[in-house]
Amino acid sequence: MSNPLPLWGGVGEGAGEFRLRRMVQDAPDLIPGVKHTPAQAALGEGVDVIPPAIELRHIDKRFGAVHANRDVSLAVQAGTIHGIVGENGAGKSTLMSILYGFYQADRGEVLIRGVKKTIARPVQAIAAGIGMVFQHFKLVEPFTVLENIVLGVEGGKLIARALAHARGELARLARDYALEVDPDAVVATLSVGLQQRVEILKALYRGAEILILDEPTSVLTPQEADHLFRILGALKRQGKTVILITHKLREIMAITDRVTVMRRGEVVAERETRATTQEELAELMVGRKVLLQVSKGAARPGAARPGAGRLAVEDLSVVDASGVERVKNVSFTVRAGEIVGIAGVAGNGQSELMEAIAGIRRAAKGTVRISGGAAHGNARDLRRQGLAHVPEDRRRMGLVTAFAAHESAILGYHDDPAFTGPILLDRRAIVAHCAAQMRDFDVRPPDPHLASESFSGGNQQKMVLAREIGRDPEVLLVGQPTRGVDIGAIEYIHRRLIALRDAGKAVLLISVELDEIMSLADRILVMFDGRIVGEVQADKADERLLGLMMAGIDPRTPREAA
Amino acid sequence: MTETRLPRWAGLVALPIVNILAALLLSGLLVAAIGADPWQALLVLLRGAFGYQEAIGFTLYYTTNFIFTGLAVAVAYHCGLFNIGGEGQATLGGLGVGLVCLYADALPFYLVLPLALIASTAFGAAWAVVPGILQARRGSHVVITTIMFNFIASTLMVYLLTHVLIRPGQMSPESREFLPHTFLPFAHQALAWLGIPFARSPLNLSFFLALLASVFVWGFVWHTRWGYELRVVGANPQAALYAGISPQRNIVLAMAISGALAGLLGVNEIMGVNHRLLLNFTAGYGFVGIAVSLMGRSHPVGIVLSSLLFGALYQGGAELAFEVPRVSREIVVVIQGLVILFAGALEFLFLPLLRPFVKAA
Repeated sequence: MSNPLPLWGGVGEGAGEFRLRRMVQDAPDLIPGVKHTPAQAALGEGVDVIPPAIELRHIDKRFGAVHANRDVSLAVQAGTIHGIVGENGAGKSTLMSILYGFYQADRGEVLIRGVKKTIARPVQAIAAGIGMVFQHFKLVEPFTVLENIVLGVEGGKLIARALAHARGELARLARDYALEVDPDAVVATLSVGLQQRVEILKALYRGAEILILDEPTSVLTPQEADHLFRILGALKRQGKTVILITHKLREIMAITDRVTVMRRGEVVAERETRATTQEELAELMVGRKVLLQVSKGAARPGAARPGAGRLAVEDLSVVDASGVERVKNVSFTVRAGEIVGIAGVAGNGQSELMEAIAGIRRAAKGTVRISGGAAHGNARDLRRQGLAHVPEDRRRMGLVTAFAAHESAILGYHDDPAFTGPILLDRRAIVAHCAAQMRDFDVRPPDPHLASESFSGGNQQKMVLAREIGRDPEVLLVGQPTRGVDIGAIEYIHRRLIALRDAGKAVLLISVELDEIMSLADRILVMFDGRIVGEVQADKADERLLGLMMAGIDPRTPREAA
Repeated sequence: MTETRLPRWAGLVALPIVNILAALLLSGLLVAAIGADPWQALLVLLRGAFGYQEAIGFTLYYTTNFIFTGLAVAVAYHCGLFNIGGEGQATLGGLGVGLVCLYADALPFYLVLPLALIASTAFGAAWAVVPGILQARRGSHVVITTIMFNFIASTLMVYLLTHVLIRPGQMSPESREFLPHTFLPFAHQALAWLGIPFARSPLNLSFFLALLASVFVWGFVWHTRWGYELRVVGANPQAALYAGISPQRNIVLAMAISGALAGLLGVNEIMGVNHRLLLNFTAGYGFVGIAVSLMGRSHPVGIVLSSLLFGALYQGGAELAFEVPRVSREIVVVIQGLVILFAGALEFLFLPLLRPFVKAA
């Protein structure tokens, strides 16, 4: 994984490119007013005479004591894909919010195609040809695609005309950019990848020449991401400008022309993508050398207690509140001293499986065994039986954000005699315990009295890990251990998980980051539609195989799974 | 980016003071508009609340009721529940006290008092637990069920006092008066035993009970594991499930404690002041308790202070309506409403004004 792949699924990319090229050749006149700039022209000579699509000059923004943007200058050439990378809190989102009119810069100016603009509201940004695709979509779910597209730009009192116009426009956009979506589908019924397409269409329908995408692949399967990149490639070829905010360095390498690296509110480097490497970018982002993949020795499962499955799940099914079966007859074991990863597109039953094992959700049928004994009871009882759980969503579940850090540090263990007498909690012991955990896991700032919500995502995650790993559990369930976590902290968290494995514990890992699963897990189970469609040894896994399995297809068997 | 959090002093002290000043300013304009002197009105109000012993007694007597109902709202609030059934729970609490005083009056006072305390808390708790169970098991919203239980409690009392407990041969729906040895001593009596002369007022020893209840709530909510569980459920029910804390159990527990606290109001009113069972002795204290709790930030210290404010408004307001002819009883209600509006509903109205000072600090 250390050498950057050119693109996910090389075959698909080639085909897409071919098809796109043909579409453009077939119907060039369908896109009036769009200059057919060859990508090379935009990249190479001649750029100097064309003003940049966007130029930010000396942008400075403070929020109280936080200096979110310091004298940021950035130029994005028209017809290119420009990446912006940086850790959480590096100021990427603030910068884009200024560009989109959510915030006003304290100092500095914004130039669109060489003309100075004041963008005080998103409406002005849209008028200036800027479109934004947010990480969390802003769609009206019960509305159809068409209704969402015209929302706010109906252009009259009666909706029918706007809808008819949008329908024609949508057909054109779909042809030009491989953005096919059924215009009459209700948004709520669409997959996440298609909803994202609707967001892009919305921006294009409003005449966006410059498209900003904020972490667009975080919710997509590799195949969907692949398709998104083809769309972005098509947009670029049609002369549109794309700004891609991401923390996935591989995507930067694969799709962008130039990349800007931000750290602590400043631009620390700008690179021609061809002339840089993932390692260099990571180092620039963090400010020190970073191991992109933590090295780990071979797993020695069962070494601690040969033959014993530390976590055994047998024929487990989970039915959700609306009566839908989310987990269907799942069986597997995790042995002592190994990490088993469960890969899958979010929403295919992994979360429900995890919650059922952890005692948060009742299983419809099936059994869970921990160290051979049948596990039963609620989450607290299971903790006593040696199970620890780092939940997928630390803010929703892992912490009580309104509580002080030391109060969150005993969540689930608050009736431990170390923390409470017969009646009163021992505040001093709790604070001391939290301070020790913070030291051990390098949580910053190490202040047990600070509200849990005041910590950054990475530090919150370290607090949850500290609490759960600190109990020396026999079995650890980990969901999305590095979601929204800085690259420097990722390395640390991975190392702690591997250390736990090497100490002879069983670790079950759920992650939508295939990179993470492949680098941490010893065995990978793939979930689709509530079932485990297959198992792959980590050293035999690759993105393509896992990606297909995540779509419910096991290419190693002749017929489709599920 | 998001709202910067205020330091504790600003949220707990500065903001409420600014809110009260705004309410008083607007009240002053109102008083001026009806042709009275606002400055004089303010002085009458203050003197009426704190100016002489009897006034202080009355103010603290009202304060006692507000502390009970304010604490009741606060405990439920910490579990994420909005208990607006204080009226009904207090009514039932009073019924419990009354039954003990009516039917256990053969016992000496030192046995009647604990029995009355148990009865008031048990009756209040039971009246709150039913909505609690409905919320926990069936998802029926406590806002709806508790307010309905207020009506049930009130009609239950009407039935009991017209058909069962009414003193024979009497027209008004009241029980007989309790035997004097079951009365909770008045403050002026207790002080007289200590040799301190004090003017007569309804203030009685349940004021100390209210302070004890405040200490109990503080200790329970913040310093026991049960209070911890209750707050986890209130702040993040998902995290509670994750930690193996049962939201259902804690909802019922929080409602029970909340109802018990409201029920203690009955000790003040029935055992301390009226010495008989009667109708409508809760007089809206249950509802004002919501504003008291909001203004006191659901913390016992804040609740005691805001109870004192509301007690002063009640007592001083009555005096004001009596002494300044242009200011009618209704205007006093408007002034009280303005304080509730600014301190409760528009709690954060002046937050932007305060922020520059906070930053400088």
